[in-house]
Parts: sequence; C-alpha cells; structure tokens
Amino acid sequence: MIKAILVFNNHGKPRLSKFYQYFPEDVQQQIVRETFHLVSKRDDNVCNFLEGGRLIGGSDYKIIYRHYATLFFVFCVDSSESELGILDLIQVFVETLDKCFENVCELDLIFHVDKVHNILSELVMGGMVLETNMSEILTRIEEQSKLEKSEAGITAAPARAVSAMKDMNLPQKIKDIKLPDLPNILKN
Amino acid sequence: MALKKVKGTLERVLDKNLQDLVRGIRNHKENEGKYIAECIDEIKQELRQENQAVKANAVNKLIYLQMLGYDISWAAFHIIEVMSSTKYTIKRIGYIAASQSFHESTDVLMLTTNMIRKDLSSQNMYDAGIALSGLSCFVTPDLARDLANDIMTLMTSTRPYLRKKAVLIMYKVFLQFPEALRPAFPRLKEKLEDPDQGVQSAAVNVICELARKNPQNYLSLAPLFFKLMTSSTNNWVLIKIIKLFSALTPLEPRLGKKLIEPLTNLIHSTSAMSLLYECINTVIAVLISISSGIPNHTASIQLCVQKLRILIEDSDQNLKYLGLLAMSKILATHPKSVQSHKDLILQCLDDKDESIRLRALDLIYGMVSKKNLMEIVKKLMVHMDKAEGTHYRDELLAKIVEISSQSNYQYITNFEWYVSVLVELTRMEGTRHGRMIASQMLDVAIRVQAIRPFAVAQMALLLENSYILANNSQRNGICEVLYAAAWICGEFSQHLKNPREALEAMLKPKITTLPGHIQSVFVQNILKLFGSILKTLEENEDQENMKELCQLLTSKLPIFVQSADLEVQERACCMLQLVKYVQKLIEKGAKVGDEVGGLFAGDLNPVAPKAQRKVPVPEGLDLDKWINEPLSESSSDEEPTTSIFAINHEDSKSFYKEEKRNVPEPTEEELEKRREQRKIEQMHNPHYLRMDKKSKKASKVEETEESPVMQIDLSIPLHVPGLASSDKYLKLASQDREKSRKKTKHGKQKKKKKGQPEEESDEDVAAQHAVSTLVDMPEGANTSDKEDERNSSDPFKRLDMDLDQPLRDDEILPVRSHRIVVDSLEPGDEEVKPKKKHKKVKDKDKEEKKKHRKEGKEKKSKKKQKSDEASGSASNLLMTGESSPEHVPVANGLPQSAEQEKADQEKENDLDFWMNNNSTEPSKTTENEIKTPEVNVEYANVSSEEESQKEKKTKKKKEKKPKKEKKSKKDKKSLRADYEEAEGITTPSKEQVPPSQADTPAAVQLPSMSSYVTLGENDSIKMTYDIRTSHQRGDQIIVSVVFSNLTEHTIKDLEFNVMETMNLKLIRSMGSTHHDPIKVPFILLPNSQNEGQFAFTVHEIKVAQKLKGTLTYILKMNEGSTHEKVDFKLGFPCSFFLVATPCKGSGFTTLLESGDLTEKSSIQFTPQDSEFQIILAKVCFYHHFRVVEQVEKNASVYSKSIQGHPVCLLIKKINGDIKIDGKSTEGNLLSNVLQEIKTTLV
Repeated sequence: MIKAILVFNNHGKPRLSKFYQYFPEDVQQQIVRETFHLVSKRDDNVCNFLEGGRLIGGSDYKIIYRHYATLFFVFCVDSSESELGILDLIQVFVETLDKCFENVCELDLIFHVDKVHNILSELVMGGMVLETNMSEILTRIEEQSKLEKSEAGITAAPARAVSAMKDMNLPQKIKDIKLPDLPNILKN
Repeated sequence: MALKKVKGTLERVLDKNLQDLVRGIRNHKENEGKYIAECIDEIKQELRQENQAVKANAVNKLIYLQMLGYDISWAAFHIIEVMSSTKYTIKRIGYIAASQSFHESTDVLMLTTNMIRKDLSSQNMYDAGIALSGLSCFVTPDLARDLANDIMTLMTSTRPYLRKKAVLIMYKVFLQFPEALRPAFPRLKEKLEDPDQGVQSAAVNVICELARKNPQNYLSLAPLFFKLMTSSTNNWVLIKIIKLFSALTPLEPRLGKKLIEPLTNLIHSTSAMSLLYECINTVIAVLISISSGIPNHTASIQLCVQKLRILIEDSDQNLKYLGLLAMSKILATHPKSVQSHKDLILQCLDDKDESIRLRALDLIYGMVSKKNLMEIVKKLMVHMDKAEGTHYRDELLAKIVEISSQSNYQYITNFEWYVSVLVELTRMEGTRHGRMIASQMLDVAIRVQAIRPFAVAQMALLLENSYILANNSQRNGICEVLYAAAWICGEFSQHLKNPREALEAMLKPKITTLPGHIQSVFVQNILKLFGSILKTLEENEDQENMKELCQLLTSKLPIFVQSADLEVQERACCMLQLVKYVQKLIEKGAKVGDEVGGLFAGDLNPVAPKAQRKVPVPEGLDLDKWINEPLSESSSDEEPTTSIFAINHEDSKSFYKEEKRNVPEPTEEELEKRREQRKIEQMHNPHYLRMDKKSKKASKVEETEESPVMQIDLSIPLHVPGLASSDKYLKLASQDREKSRKKTKHGKQKKKKKGQPEEESDEDVAAQHAVSTLVDMPEGANTSDKEDERNSSDPFKRLDMDLDQPLRDDEILPVRSHRIVVDSLEPGDEEVKPKKKHKKVKDKDKEEKKKHRKEGKEKKSKKKQKSDEASGSASNLLMTGESSPEHVPVANGLPQSAEQEKADQEKENDLDFWMNNNSTEPSKTTENEIKTPEVNVEYANVSSEEESQKEKKTKKKKEKKPKKEKKSKKDKKSLRADYEEAEGITTPSKEQVPPSQADTPAAVQLPSMSSYVTLGENDSIKMTYDIRTSHQRGDQIIVSVVFSNLTEHTIKDLEFNVMETMNLKLIRSMGSTHHDPIKVPFILLPNSQNEGQFAFTVHEIKVAQKLKGTLTYILKMNEGSTHEKVDFKLGFPCSFFLVATPCKGSGFTTLLESGDLTEKSSIQFTPQDSEFQIILAKVCFYHHFRVVEQVEKNASVYSKSIQGHPVCLLIKKINGDIKIDGKSTEGNLLSNVLQEIKTTLV
C-alpha cells in the first residue's frame, strides 16, 4: 500500500499532497516538513530509499523518492510494495505529467494542481497501484479532457478570453468595474 | 431570465480562478496569511451562490488551500453539492476535494450514499470512475456496507476500466466491512483470470494485500498463482505474486520446493532488476522455511548470494541498498554464506550514504569474530563521533552493544575493554539508549566477577562526574547510566578504593535533578556504602570519623526527604531514621557495623521476568478451590505480597514476621462472621466480579501461612544461574560454539536485596532467557513467551476468515432495500438437483453473458433452496417455476452439507496433489495446476449467490420509482405475472428482463406490497418513508424518506426536523443543537422525487413510538418563491425494530427448547385474506420475519430485534381464523408485534 504521495520543491513548498490515510491538516503539513527535511539533505548520488519518518508509518514503511530538477517526488509505502517497482512508478508518473503538460516544469504543477490530481488518480487509487501502462493512462486522460471540453462548450469561451487577458497582466482594476444590473435597467 | 444568466456568466468569468489564487498568493509573499484569509471569505461567498460552476471553482481553490494546510472541513457540505453536479467536470472537482478532505468522521458522508450509488451506475464510465477513486479515499464502514453490492456489480462491468477500479476498491471495502469478504471472494478470484491485464493486476494486488495479513487463508490459491506466475509477462503482476509466495511459503514447505525451480529460472532469465530482486527475496524466504530436504539447497543459496553481491557492487546506490537488505535476511539462517563477503560489507560501512551504512550495520552482527570485534567496534565508534543526527548515532550505539553482547559476550576477550567502551559511550550526547548502556554495565558487573574491581573504579569516576550526565534528565537519556553506576558502587563497595569519596559524590545536591527511579537507587546505595564504610571504620576503631560520617548523612539526606518522588522520599525517610538511630548507638559506644552491614548481606539470583508465571501447579493442588472461604479482596491485596517476599528473603523474613505479629489475629468466629457478611454483600453488589486466580491464591497465602502454597515457592528453582567469570567465557568460547549456545553456564553471582528494581536485570535475563526456560522450567510449564501479538483492534484480524468454506445462507451482502419476504412456498425438490447441476456446467458461458438478467432467477432458486432445507417435504406448489434453465446453477449454490464436504475434500486433495506431485516432477507443474482451479465446484455457485444479492439491490432501486405499487421482490417466482409491469422500469444496467424468464407462470399471486408508508403530503410535496435496520448497529435506525415533488416547480431548501423524545434522537451534524433542522441535500425538480436518509439513535424498542415533525421548503415559482411546510407524524411500530434473520429448523428448535424464551403471548383473529400464503407473506414482509418451516397451514417464523431479542412465532390457520403463538425474551415487544400483525391482517 502507498500511504502518501508528496511532491514538493527544493525549498519544501508543497506542490501536491495526497494522503491515503487520514491525517489532520496540521499533521499533513508536519509530515511534509519532516519528509522534506529527511530528503533534502541527501545528496543526489545516494540511494532513493529512506526508513520512514516517525510521523508516517513506522518501521514497516519506507520513503521512496526521486529528485527531478526542482521537484522531489516522494512516495511513502509499506513493505508490500516493491521498492524498485515504486521507483518505476514515479518515473511513469513524471513521464505522464511531461506528456500531458508538454515539458512539464514546476510552474505547471503550481498552477494546475487539479490536473495533477486527475492524472495521479489514473495511476494510484486509494493507495494501490491502479495502472502502470503509460499509453493506457494517457488514453484515459485524453478521453476525460475531451469530455471536459465538450461540457465546457461555448460558456467556456469568455472564461478563456478573460484568463488570456489576465495572463497579459492587465491591471487588477478590471475586477472592480461593476457591471450594471442589466435586468434592472430593462425594467426601468 | 436569459439576461440574468448572461450577467451571471460574465460575473463568473471575473471571479478568481485557481490560477488567480495561486498567482495572488505568490504576489503576497509578505502577508500571505492575510491574503488567504481574504480569499477564503470570497470563497465562502461564492459557495453561497446558486451557480454550480461558481461553486466548483470555489471548491477547486479550496483543494489548493487544503494542500497548504488550511482546514476545509467546514466546506464539506458544499463539496457534496459540487459532487452531485450532473456535469462531469464539476463533479470531478467535488470528488477530488472530498478525497482530499473527507475521512471517517466526516458526518456529512452519511448523505452521500445515494449520490455515489447513482454515480456508480452512471452511463458515463468516467462518472463511475471518479466516484470509485473518490470513494477509495473516504470509504466508511457505512458506505462500504451500503455500496458493496453496487461495487460488486461493477466488477462484472463490460468496461475493463471500471472492472479494474471496482476490483481494487474492494480491498478498502473489506477493511471497512469485513463481512463482505466471503461473499465477494469468489468473484474476486474470478478476476484473477480476467482477460484484461489491468483488471488481473488489480485482482492480484487486492489478494496480495489480503494475504499479506492472513496468509493461511489464501494457501488454496497457490496453484492458481503458480499458473499466473509461469504464464504472466507483466512484471508488476509477477512481482506481486512472488511477494505473495514469500508470505505463503512459511506455511507450506511443499510450496517452497515447487517454487525454487521456476524462481531460479526467473533469476537467470529476467533483465528487470525489480523482478530479480523479488525473486531472490522469495527464494530466501523459501530457503528459510525449508531448512533441509532440498539437494541443491546450497546451490540456491550460493546463487542468491552471488546475485546479491553483484547488486551490492553495482554503482547504483539503490541496488546496493536492496542487496544489503536481502543479505541480512540470509544472514539469519545461513551466516556462513554471508561471512565470505565480509570485505564487501565492511566496505559499505564507509559508504557516504547513511541508509546503506545502516543496512551494512545490520549485517555486521554476523561478521564479528573474537579477532575483529575490537577493530569493528573501534570503527563504529569513530563513525559515531562523526555522525550527524541522533538517529544514526543511536543505531550505531545499539549495534555496538548488540554485537558485543551477542551469545553471552561470546566474542569479548577482554572485559576491561568492554567496560571502557561502555563508559566511553556515555559521552555520546542525546542518545536514547542510556538505559541499554546501564543494563549492560550492570550485567557485566554482576556476571563477570573478575571485572568488578575495574568496573567499580570506572563507575566511581562516573559518579564523580555525575554533574555532567545529570544535565540530561530526558527519559532514557544518558543519565540512566548513573543508575548502574550507583548500584555497582554500592553493591560492590568492597572494591572501592575510596568509598568515602564515592559516598560524597552520591550526596551531591545535583543528584536531586535526576529522575525519581535513579534517585531511589542512589538513596538505597548510599546506605550500602554507609554500612561498608562504617564497618571499616569500626575495625579501625575510628570513633571520630564514624561520628562525622553519621553527621554527614544526617545533614545531606534531608535533600532527598524533600523529593517530590514518593519512592525517593519514603526511602530517604527510612534511611534518615536508621542513620539517626545508628548515630545514637555509636555515641553510646555500641558496635553497629555488622548489624548495618547485615541489612544487605546475602545474595540473590536474578529472576526471569516471567518465571513466576511459568511455575507449573504441583500435582494435587487446585488453585481454584477454596482452602478457606475468601477474605475481603481489599485486605488480601497488600499483605500477601509481603509474605511472598518474606519467604524469598530469609534475612528479611524475620523483619516482616515481626511486623505481622503486631496485627491482632482475628478469632475463628470473627472470621466466620466476616465471611458471612461479605458473602451477603457480594450477592447484593452488582459490580462484584468473580475473584481472579491471583487474588484467590493471594488470600490463601495470607490465611494459611503453613499451607502447601509456601512449599511451592520454596521448592521451585527460580534461580537463573549466571556466568562465573570472563575466564570461563574464554574457555567456553574455545569449545564448540553450538554447544556453548545451548547450555550456557551461569555463575553464582547473585544480586542482593529483595527490592532490586526489575529493569536493571532486563537485558541480562533477556539474553539468557531462552536458556533458562530450557533448564529451569519444570515439565508442563508454558515455555512460550509469545503473547497475542495482534491486538483486537487490528483491522486485519477481522479479515481473518476461512475463504474456502462455502457460503452460509445468511452470508450475503447487506442490501439496503425493502424488507424481503421469505418465500415460504418453495418446493423442496431434491430429485431435480442432480440434473440442475449438470446443466449448470453447460450453461456456464451463457450465464456469464447474462449475469444481470439471470440474477432474478437465481435469487429465486436460492430462496427455494433455503426453504428446501427448512421445510423439507413441503408441498410442491411452484414446481413450474423451476423449469427455466437460468436458475439451475443456483440449485446447488446452497450448502448441501454432504455434497459440500465432498467438494471441500476434493479441493484439499487437489492442493495436496498439486503440492506433492510437482515436487518430484517440476516439468509437469503447469499442466497440473491449470486443471486445479476448474475443479473448484463451489466457486460458480457462490458467485451466483452474490448475483442474487445484486439482484435484490436492483429491485430496491426500482421500488424507489414513483409508482406506489411496488412488488415484493421476495416472492419473485410467484410474482411472475407482475413482471411485465416491472419491465418498464429500467434497472441500473439498462437491461431488460428477458421475456423468456419473465413469463414463467406463478402459482399464487401475491398482492403488491410496499413497505413505504405515507408520511405526510400537501399540494406540492408528498413524503413516504421506510425504516432500515441492521444488526450492525443495535442503537441506530435509518429512516429513508422519499420526497416527491407534485408540482411543476422546483422545490428547494428542504429542511427536515422532528421533536425528539428521550428514546429516539435524530442524529444531526456536529455542532447543531436538537432544534436545528437537517438540511436535505438535494433540490426537487418538477415532478421528480428523491430519497433522503435520516439516522436516529434509539434506546427502547419494546413499544411503538411516534415523533412529530415538520418539513419546511421553498417552492420556487416564476412569480417568486413561497416558503411552505408540512407537518407529519413519524411512526415507529415495533416491527420496524425487527430484522429478518434466517434461522435453520434445528437452530430454531434448540432456541425454543433452551428455555431462554420466557415470554409468551398469543393472539387469534379473523384475517382479511383467506389465502394462508398471502398472510404469511404479509407477516414476513411488513413485520420482517423469515419463515423457518412451513407445513401446510402451519408455519413457524423467526426474527430478531436490532438489540438482539429473538422473536419466534407459530402461525396456524384454523377454520378461517389465524392463531399466532409467540415466544420471545421480551414480553412487551412480543405482544406489541402481535398486535401490529393483527392490525395488518384484519
């Protein structure tokens, strides 16, 4: 079983946290901090396994992580998972992200946590490995985004336009422009 | 309207979306908290809006904030609203938010059951997909119970994507609702051979997780897994299976033998390191489980070690780590093979990676020898100096102690060296192992006589420097060594060069900052030192110094007297008085040295911690028998302890005896009187429990000091001998190691003083424990130290069940549905059975395809069978119903005991055959085991039973449809005619009941029955309700209310409230008072209906009850909205607290004969219906009974209340009248139920 999947950057800022066992939010943050502390001080050329921290798991649990550029991908698993298998799974996860975001970088994860969650839910479900075949995963994700687009339809167009404008860094003022209450005007 | 919508859209696009939120947080680095607080306010406003998209956007932002550590549980209800959206995109956001923030105690989860069920059966595969993913994160026991059937349905979905997810989530369901395991297992097993790799992998995954916790139950799957292992090419599946085998092999050595060859082949052939590694691991597990019997056994070990060496030498640190990990497993059983790689392992000790060093440390244990111990320890100590982080340092310390002390210090040639190592270790800061070092010091000092002078000198040094150590007062910290130092200095004070200095060191005020238990030891040993110094001085006739010594103590001891620790205070007080007394005597010129010294004279052996427990009871002594009537418990608790001590410590015996004499012995009459009195007291005291053995024994000891009990204590050799000296160690070491391990000689070193705290001997005894049990324990003593390792709350223990046993008929997945009427009409047709069975095989394929359709039939026939068993030769009214081939498989679905046993046996034989056969001829393996799974007869049958449950569920759904006329799903076969009507209503799977099945003729047509009762209605809304109960919650019932919108307008903001009584309370969300209404989590579209569930806690079930309640809602019309309400009375007749429970004829008879059913009641009336069958069906349906037996116009029925009261009824039809005799344990309940039955039938 996988107990938790964490992604954080080199400074310990969480980019994704998925716990398959309930912890209150403050404990989750503590776990992220502790894990970051354990993982960040390790060189890149040491092994990717760590005996679990005190907060999560205990002796049966291991931390298995990989470090990509600015991000740490950390899986906390128990002894029923194969260590090397999980390393492969992390690779699959990252490659899938790369395919979905086209050259994924930290910013993609920052701004699209929701998408990352969707992708992850195709790989791991409730702490168990669901699918490891990348082409299968990608098919499912594509089908879902098609579904998403078909639902969004026309109504999404203005939203897209606005977000494009926002991306142009237009002054925040645009938010303050109050639209007249159209129905009232008509009545008058 | 349209304009409003446009405006809404425009406003919405200007709302902050997730990206804006993230950007905002990044732009407000300096006052992030404030910014987020503002955002949360905005989100709260957005959540209040009608627009689903706005809400979803808000929830999406909450997901991000949750990741940053903000609690979003307040939004739980809104999350559910978003989850209930019809749009996939929005729904998905809701489910993700739920999976991030919901957990078992999220109370709104209760409201999600129907919504999730709807999503699971959605036409859109991804709706079901996200529902499954979400559910896997927040499934609760209630959800698991209610949805188990729906998930089971999905396991047979045509879409692999859903099958895969459904299979996987079953594991979570089992964890929450273990009762589902047995009914679901056959289907799960079936999925192991699913054509889709993903599904197969998921099934393997689930079974591996299950088997990891309770491997013994999955042994019978070994052939199937073996086949998968030899045929699968999916490395993920292979790894899981191979891991599973390593859990199974310890249970079945034959399996291991079979595995060796294919595994070895895999090791040679695979290129995947992960697979290679798991293979090696399993081979190791196999080799551990079969220590002999395989000819090429050493070859396999060699192969493993060779491969591991390659891994360890690899430049990839990961492989190195795993290699060492696996190596340590081999070390346990085959140390020699590992020792040849000592060079490599020592090299790893210098690795830059801490994880690898830790693993290498594990192996060091097996690497040491007399020659290199000092060198290795030296190396470890250097590491310790350099190490950062206390964890690694602690590991090193523990390892040093472990390797040095292993096998009774076998490898230590010089104990002076070891003592100085221990002293050096005390300089390590912040270690958690202070206690371990202390116990080592004590152990060595006690057991190695020759080292004592040296040890005492070292300890005296430690005492002098105690102020350094005392700074660290942390529990288990290094200050613990002072405990050992003080004890050793006091106990072996004769070796002290300068006792006076040691004494002064122990009286330093700094000592008072130490933990209490250490101070106690200090106080005690101060007295020992005092005694020994006094003696020396007396010999020298140095009166002056003696007086001065007493002076010193009387002035310094008061610092301990003031201690906050009771133990310290008590000891110090005693000591102070003693010293004052001695002081007086000295001033009188009396000789006291010997007397004071005598306090601590004599030796004691360490006693094994559990030795007392293991003393067998001597023949002829019954500890449970009273020797004398017991005295009061309270008085018996303290005194016996002292008397036990008095027995063991001869020197202190007289002391205690004297004390005892002061207590006036009660006369015989007084005792007799007291006993009488106590007996009466006990009789009237409801809290009085039977005395346990201990207190009985204790009271005996107290009362009869000369009784045999005392002799037992004296006659049983509790003493654990210790080692004589280091010389002896050396001698022993030169002898055969095996031999020395078995019978280690223990010297005569003994500990003094009864009060010796136990902890200090822990380590010592643990090391010898195995030895001493062999030597000392009288025959018949329980030698096992094993205590139940799993505590009862372990969720996996609940999953420990025999999966090979065929399902019992009461083992069905619970169906949240209307009460099911037992079909009492079923013919018991035994002759047809063999034929059916035959057909079953033929129909198997067809069956697969038509599963959904068939369910109905199957269920029917299952029912039939049940009544078969019950009624035996009951008249065969419905013979015709059985003619359709579909229900054939079920005919033998029910355990027919003889048949079943046979099947069992067959299966077992198969396994045996498989195991045995292949060990000789491995090449045949594959063929053999391919056949095995097919022999498994019960398999199909059992699964068909599950289907029937599924069917029931489906039915239930149908019933929710608006039509008031609902057919009892129970009596399906008799309901044939009604089927046509039912056909129009689609099942969730959108499949129609095939006509061929639907038009089977029915013999008796039962009237339509619905357990839904009208609750209240007005022009716009109508409510009907039913009550659902289960044995799982004896104090809870669920009221399921169907709200039907009768208008052309939307009804929203439904709020449900009742006036609670003492007895029935509505369970509301956390924090709401009993006046707050419960919000119904949906809106009612025009002419639609929906079902809401409300849970009540109930205390008293014996009488019918009614609650007044109100439903308020807003009716939204074009012109505006109106606020309306409906008052209602919610009735809870007694029958609603009954749960139809199956009961076999024999069990029923036993129950009646047992005499437990003391309450009787009968009733007679003329029913409306003349047909007995209909009457019986009505009783069963409306009042939740199940037919046990029916003979013509007589029937016995059975039910059980949610609180477990059995209710048995005998229903007779006498000339148009119905007479019902009832028996139960609860009279009120029984008579109320009878009245209710009368009301129904008349």
